[in-house]
Amino acid sequence: MTRLLRDRRGVFGFVVLLVVIVCAIAAPLVTNGEPTALRDIVATRFIPPLSSDAHGVFHAIGTDRFGRDVWTRLVYGARISMGVGVLAVLISLGVGVVVGAVAGYWRGPLSVALLGLTDFALALPRVVLLLLLAALWQPSTALVVTVLGLTGWMGIARLVHGEVRALAARPFVEGAVAVGARRMRILARHILPNALTPVIVAAALGVGNAIILEGGLSYLGLGVQAPTPSWGNMIASGSDTLVNAPWVATAPGVALVLVVIACTQLGDALRDVLDPNLRR
Amino acid sequence: MLARLGCRLLAGLAVVLGVVTLTFLLLHLAPGDPIDIMLGPAATAEQRIAQRTVLGLDRPLPAQFATWLSRFARGDWGNSIAKGQPVRALLGTAWRETAWLVALSLLLSYLAGLAIGAVQAALRGSRLDTFLSVSTITLFAMPGYWLGVMLVLVFTYWARLLPAFGTAGLDSDYLHGASWLIDRLRHLALPLATLTLIGIGSAARFVRGAMLDTLSQPFIVTARAKGLRPRRVAGHHALRNALGPVVTLLGLSLPVLFSGAVFVEAVFAWPGVGRVLVEAVRARDYPVVMAATAISAVLVVAGNLIADVLAAWVDPRVREGGRTATP
Repeated sequence: MTRLLRDRRGVFGFVVLLVVIVCAIAAPLVTNGEPTALRDIVATRFIPPLSSDAHGVFHAIGTDRFGRDVWTRLVYGARISMGVGVLAVLISLGVGVVVGAVAGYWRGPLSVALLGLTDFALALPRVVLLLLLAALWQPSTALVVTVLGLTGWMGIARLVHGEVRALAARPFVEGAVAVGARRMRILARHILPNALTPVIVAAALGVGNAIILEGGLSYLGLGVQAPTPSWGNMIASGSDTLVNAPWVATAPGVALVLVVIACTQLGDALRDVLDPNLRR
Repeated sequence: MLARLGCRLLAGLAVVLGVVTLTFLLLHLAPGDPIDIMLGPAATAEQRIAQRTVLGLDRPLPAQFATWLSRFARGDWGNSIAKGQPVRALLGTAWRETAWLVALSLLLSYLAGLAIGAVQAALRGSRLDTFLSVSTITLFAMPGYWLGVMLVLVFTYWARLLPAFGTAGLDSDYLHGASWLIDRLRHLALPLATLTLIGIGSAARFVRGAMLDTLSQPFIVTARAKGLRPRRVAGHHALRNALGPVVTLLGLSLPVLFSGAVFVEAVFAWPGVGRVLVEAVRARDYPVVMAATAISAVLVVAGNLIADVLAAWVDPRVREGGRTATP
């Protein structure tokens, strides 16, 4: 941790993500708490940033075409977008670690089948699959999480597979076998904790990617549905009012780019800290 | 080499078959019926049944799948349910629009990415390197749909320089020669810039990494010890060796030509594959979705093969050792 904070990239990623997460959790405290409420639309719509509307309410980054405060929607959108990204990656992690570990530790037909499945899933065009899955059912936040999670586990499975195979041949595993530990226990207690380093890095990068894809699906109307704010559907609805109110589309995009940069930087820093061999 | 290629081809064929089967199952298991969307809520039960028979949707699923597969393999991709046009014509037109946009952007972003990445690696740790790193990381993190919207804001609404929608102006049919070309190029500018800028981000990052990997190897030390000028070491020794993984990556981006611009196409109303696909999935237009998925699967498999062949072509070690280079 200290070494992570000595790395400039690590500090940047850590601080940005911390601020965004704290804001998202404390959303009712840092905003007006009403991301979807519609009031006096005519008097409050398209208020530019850093100014007050006719009722004297101050709007830090203005209002959208329904008079909703963009800052409030941005922070509540962070809850959705970050939540979707993190949950999707957790699903990918769950599937990927199980598939990779089983395929790496149990040799034989099961391993061959799982590796075949991974290669097959890797060969599926992800964007086409996303569109297909997201458009076939009624769009919802849960569907986006599931779809992103189920199309993102293959890289992690490969990583874990490689690590587990290499670790299974190491003397300390042999020792555990000699003491009579059961295979499940050896895998869970001795091998997996040692195999997780590249997985954590891949997960950090995966969150950024998942947030971008969630935004894309929401932009196409296949993701999180209005009026629930997500950064993707805020960009989509903001691009309709680009002439009157460019800030509506700009703000969520800036937030999104910052979070994705933070994820990649944190991932890079983590890799260097956790695995000194890879340091450049 | 040939035996390995044959093996890979067979495996690739299996993958394509698997993708197509999976798509077929998903399409037919998911709720929603093309007949409902086609005929609307006012249609009678008899009309529905008649339409089902016409389209062959009343037959058992395995039979439908077998028919589709044998026809597809023979080049008969059927007609779009929603639009009535032949699927081949529909996808052919859309594909042309996507392919030349994406091909141009790939070419430009790889050229720029190679140059930027090589400069960064050569001047590692300098101010320029830091500046370029920050820029490429930012570009890398940008989603196409947002960068596109921002470019529209600046160049269409503020500067009033470039058109934001479609592939040609409304008066395109009356333009000839140079003015027609200029109209097309002006429409191409913003989508191309969006895709290229994002592409530069990943290409430059990748080239920089590959170059630094190569620069840390012993033969570079030897080359320097021989007294070669730094520029020659960077260009002749390092860049050439770093090209291997870059070329592999280029091969892997073949499927991008077909489906890589879905989101950017949506921003610029570009009539490409992405738009056709989104519309087709929504309308449960089975033949269009099946054909489009099959093509993307074939392209993924072909891209992997081409990447391997290119890697062997650039790097004799891969050829001799039979080792596959993965980026």
